Amino acid sequence: MPVNPDLVGRAFPPVAPYLVGREKVREFARAVFATSPLNHDPAAALAAGYADVVAPPTFPVVVQEATLAQLLAEPDAGIDFSRVVHGDQRFSYSRPVVAGDELTATLVVTSVKTLGGNAMVTAESTMVDPGGAHVVTAISTLVVRADD
Amino acid sequence: MTELTVGEVVAERTTHLTRDSLVRYAGASGDFNPIHYRDDIARSVGLPGVLAHGMLTMGIAVQPVIDWLGDRGWVSDYQVRFTRPVLVPAEGVATVTVVAKVGAVEEGAARIDLTVTFDDATVLGKAQVRVAFA
Repeated sequence: MPVNPDLVGRAFPPVAPYLVGREKVREFARAVFATSPLNHDPAAALAAGYADVVAPPTFPVVVQEATLAQLLAEPDAGIDFSRVVHGDQRFSYSRPVVAGDELTATLVVTSVKTLGGNAMVTAESTMVDPGGAHVVTAISTLVVRADD
Repeated sequence: MTELTVGEVVAERTTHLTRDSLVRYAGASGDFNPIHYRDDIARSVGLPGVLAHGMLTMGIAVQPVIDWLGDRGWVSDYQVRFTRPVLVPAEGVATVTVVAKVGAVEEGAARIDLTVTFDDATVLGKAQVRVAFA
């Protein structure tokens, strides 16, 4: 089944709020070889004006994952996960993510393109704080390889 | 930060990835796709072997910029294109090299362009970090 072009513009329900934990930030920071005290030491983060340790720039992928799972599970999407390759990734921030943040993510499909039999699906997961203020948008383009 | 010059190298780093690095990232990120730790499964889908998560490569590539920036500002935008896989052997290391250069300078902000190399080839395309100075 090819990727459904009617996915463009489709918005999914918000996923359950994600509470950013200090130890999760540190664990993720270690995994991406982050050594900045801002990622590990609450006192250093506080001295730099942050409420708690700062998440590395790619941390929101942890929050985004649940929204992409919604897209892949959509019955009429036509996205065969075994053929999916990650094409592009972007994070656009209004402010840094820090431990203690509660982020609610909502996915919208913004583009479906076909190129040489491959389909490219772009999805934006917008993350807001409990007051509804924008924090970060994670944008992924997934390349769905053509049938062999 | 007015002294920044387009083309200036602000940071460089070499990172050695091992299979342990991939397992650690899998746990931290929640991405347990077995192509990132099992050679048999990687080969069954046509890959030459286990490869690093693209998001791990993206995650390590920005770190020299973070350390250069310190507490003078923050990353307001970061994008990459995944162009080549980073193959990580069962024994030994995969060496990933990052060179961060000033791509553009604006009022209170700058674009830093990353060249990320593994095995003499670029693995990330259009790797751009936008930093906002505090």
